[in-house]
Amino acid sequence: MTVRLMQGNEAVAWGAIAAGCRFFAGYPITPSTEIAEMLSRELPKVAGKFIQMEDEIGSLAACIGASVGGLKSCTATSGPGFSLMQEHIGYAAMTEVPVVIVNVQRLGPSTGQPTSASQGDVMQARWGTHGDHPIIALSPVSVSQSFDLTVKAFNFSEKYRTPVILLMDEVIGHMREKIELPDFDTVERVERIATDVPPEWYKPYGDSLSDVPPMANFGEGYRYHITGLFHDLLGYPTTRLDEIDPWIQRVHRKIERNLNDIILVDEDLSDSDRTVVVTFGASARSARHAVKLARQRRIKVGMVTLLTIWPFAEEVISRVARIARRIIVPEMNLGQLALEVERVAGRNKVVRVNRANGEMVTPQMVLEAIEGR
Amino acid sequence: MLTHAEHTEYMYLRPTKKFPNVWCAGCGIGIVMGALIRAVDRIGLDKDDVALISGIGCTGRMPVYMDFNTMHTTHGRALAFATGLKIARPSLKVIVIMGDGDALAIGGNHFIHAARRNIGLTAIVVNNAIYGMTGGQYSPTTPIGAKAATAPYGNIEPPMPICELAKAAGASFVARSTVYHAIELDRFIEQAIRKNGFSLVEAVSYCPTTFGRLNKLGTTVDMMRQLKENSVTASAAEKLTPQEREMKIVRGVMHDIDKPEYTQLYQQLIQDVQAAEKAKTENS
Repeated sequence: MTVRLMQGNEAVAWGAIAAGCRFFAGYPITPSTEIAEMLSRELPKVAGKFIQMEDEIGSLAACIGASVGGLKSCTATSGPGFSLMQEHIGYAAMTEVPVVIVNVQRLGPSTGQPTSASQGDVMQARWGTHGDHPIIALSPVSVSQSFDLTVKAFNFSEKYRTPVILLMDEVIGHMREKIELPDFDTVERVERIATDVPPEWYKPYGDSLSDVPPMANFGEGYRYHITGLFHDLLGYPTTRLDEIDPWIQRVHRKIERNLNDIILVDEDLSDSDRTVVVTFGASARSARHAVKLARQRRIKVGMVTLLTIWPFAEEVISRVARIARRIIVPEMNLGQLALEVERVAGRNKVVRVNRANGEMVTPQMVLEAIEGR
Repeated sequence: MLTHAEHTEYMYLRPTKKFPNVWCAGCGIGIVMGALIRAVDRIGLDKDDVALISGIGCTGRMPVYMDFNTMHTTHGRALAFATGLKIARPSLKVIVIMGDGDALAIGGNHFIHAARRNIGLTAIVVNNAIYGMTGGQYSPTTPIGAKAATAPYGNIEPPMPICELAKAAGASFVARSTVYHAIELDRFIEQAIRKNGFSLVEAVSYCPTTFGRLNKLGTTVDMMRQLKENSVTASAAEKLTPQEREMKIVRGVMHDIDKPEYTQLYQQLIQDVQAAEKAKTENS
C-alpha cells in the first residue's frame, strides 16, 4: 500500500490497471484526457495495449473488439464523446461483451462547457442507446472511491457480460485528494466465465445454468458468431419471437436477479430521520457538509449516497420513503435522479435541489432545503 | 465428380447455419465469398486462426455462413472493431468484409485511419455502387449520371476512388478485380491476406435487384458481360488515354510495398518500455 495525492482521473487509470484492464482505446476530450494519457504511459509497462482512435465511435468499437479477443478493455470520454458512444453501448449490451466506459461528465448539451462540472448524463447513461437493454452505472464520490469503483466496474462487466458505465464528473475527475493505493495483487478481480465444453458443443448464448452464458474469446478454438441482430443460442440472426423474447428476458434478468450484488449505497440513516438527502457523485460532498451542519443544529436528517446509479436502488429508496417525510435530491442537473426518486417515493415527498450552470450545488443550497427554507 | 461435401467451399461453411443465404439470386457477393474461401484454403490457414469481421448491409451478412471467428458489427465500424481484435490477438488473421457504402460513407474515416496505421488487417470492399439492402440509394461509388432510389434524376456526385484512397492513406497492398474475374480475385485476396500490413482488395460487383434495374442494365448475365467488357488489366490500361481509362475498371495490383506493421511496432514498444523499466529498477 502506498499513500498518494492524486486526481480522480488518475485513480481511475490505476483502478483499471489493478482490475486487469489491458486495452484502452480513446479519443482526447476534456475533462477525461488524463485517463488516456496515463494509460498510454502505464499500459505498455504491464504488456497492455493503448490506441488513440479516430473518434469515440471507433474507440468503443476497438474496445469491444479487444474484449472479444480476450483483453479486459475500457475507454474514457465526456459528454460529446459519450453521445457518440451510444451506438456501441447498445452493441455491447446486445452481444454481451464486457467493456467499461468512463464518462467524466461535463456541462452540456452539445459542446457545452468542457471544463465545467455536471451530472447531466444520468438519464443518457440509462437510455442513451436505442431499445430496451440492461446497463450498470457507478458513480464515485471521492478519489479513493474512483479507484474502488473502477475495479468494481470491471468486475461487474466481466461477471455479468455487460457494458458498465463509470459516471464520473469533472469535480471528482480533477480534484486532488489523498488515496491509499493498495498493492494491485491484493485487489479482488473477477474474470469472465470460461466455457468448459468442447468447441462443437459450445453455444455462445445458451446452455447455461445462470443467466450469464460462458464466454469464449476469439482465437481460442471456439469459432462462433457475434451479431448486433437478435440472435439464437448459437449467435445466428433470428426473427423468431420464441427466440427474441427469451433473450430480452434473460439479459434483463441477469441484472435484476443480482441487485443485491450490484447495488452499492452508502447509508447514514436512523429510524427517526424525517428528512433524508439522496444524492451521488460530487453533489454528495456538498450534501455531506450540509447534513453535518444541520445535525449541529439538531435537525434530524439522514443521507443516502448512491454509488450504483443504474440499476436504480428502488428498495433502498422505498425503505427511506417509509420513514422520511421529505427526500431532498441535490444534483448538478435540472432533476434527473430526482425523476427516479419521485417514481419510487412519490412526487410530494421529493424536494429537488438543482444547479445546471457548471457550478457545484453548494452546501448552503442543500442546508436551506433541509431547513425547509 | 465431387460430391457436395467434397467441395473446398463446403469445408469452410458452417454446418450449423441454415441456408439459403440472404442474397438475391444472381448477386455477386457469393462469388467474393467463394474467392475468399479459396484464398484461405490455398494459404492453408487454420479456421481457428481466422476472424472475419463485417459491418452492415448485404455484404455484412457474409460472416455468419463462414466457419471462422465471425463478427457482424455496426454500420461502417467493422475496421474499428477489427483494429481492437487485431491488437488484442495479433496472431489472428483478421479479414474485414465491407460494402461500398459501409466502408466509404459511414465508415470512411475508419477506412482512412486503418490504412494510415498500416495495421495488419485485410479489407475487402465489395463495390456494387449502391445501397442494396435498403433498396437502391446512391452510394459514394455510384457513377455520375446513374439512377438510384435517392437519385431519381441521376447522380451528380463524383464517385470515390477506393484503391487510390487506400494507397494515399498508407495501405501496404492495394488490388482491384471484379466478380467476373473470380480466379484473379482469389489470387488478389490470397496476396492481400499474406501481406504483412494493411491490405485492400476492391471487388467490383453489381446489383441485379436495384442498381441494375434502375439503370436498365439487363439481366445478371448482361451485367457480368459488362464487367468483362468494361474492365482492363493494369498493364493494358497504361496504353489507354486518360479519357479512355476513366471509362474502364482497371484490374490488378495497384500498390505493393513493405513497411512496418502496427501491431509489431506496438509489440516492440512494449519490449522497449519494459526493458527501460527493468533497467530503472535495477539502477535504483
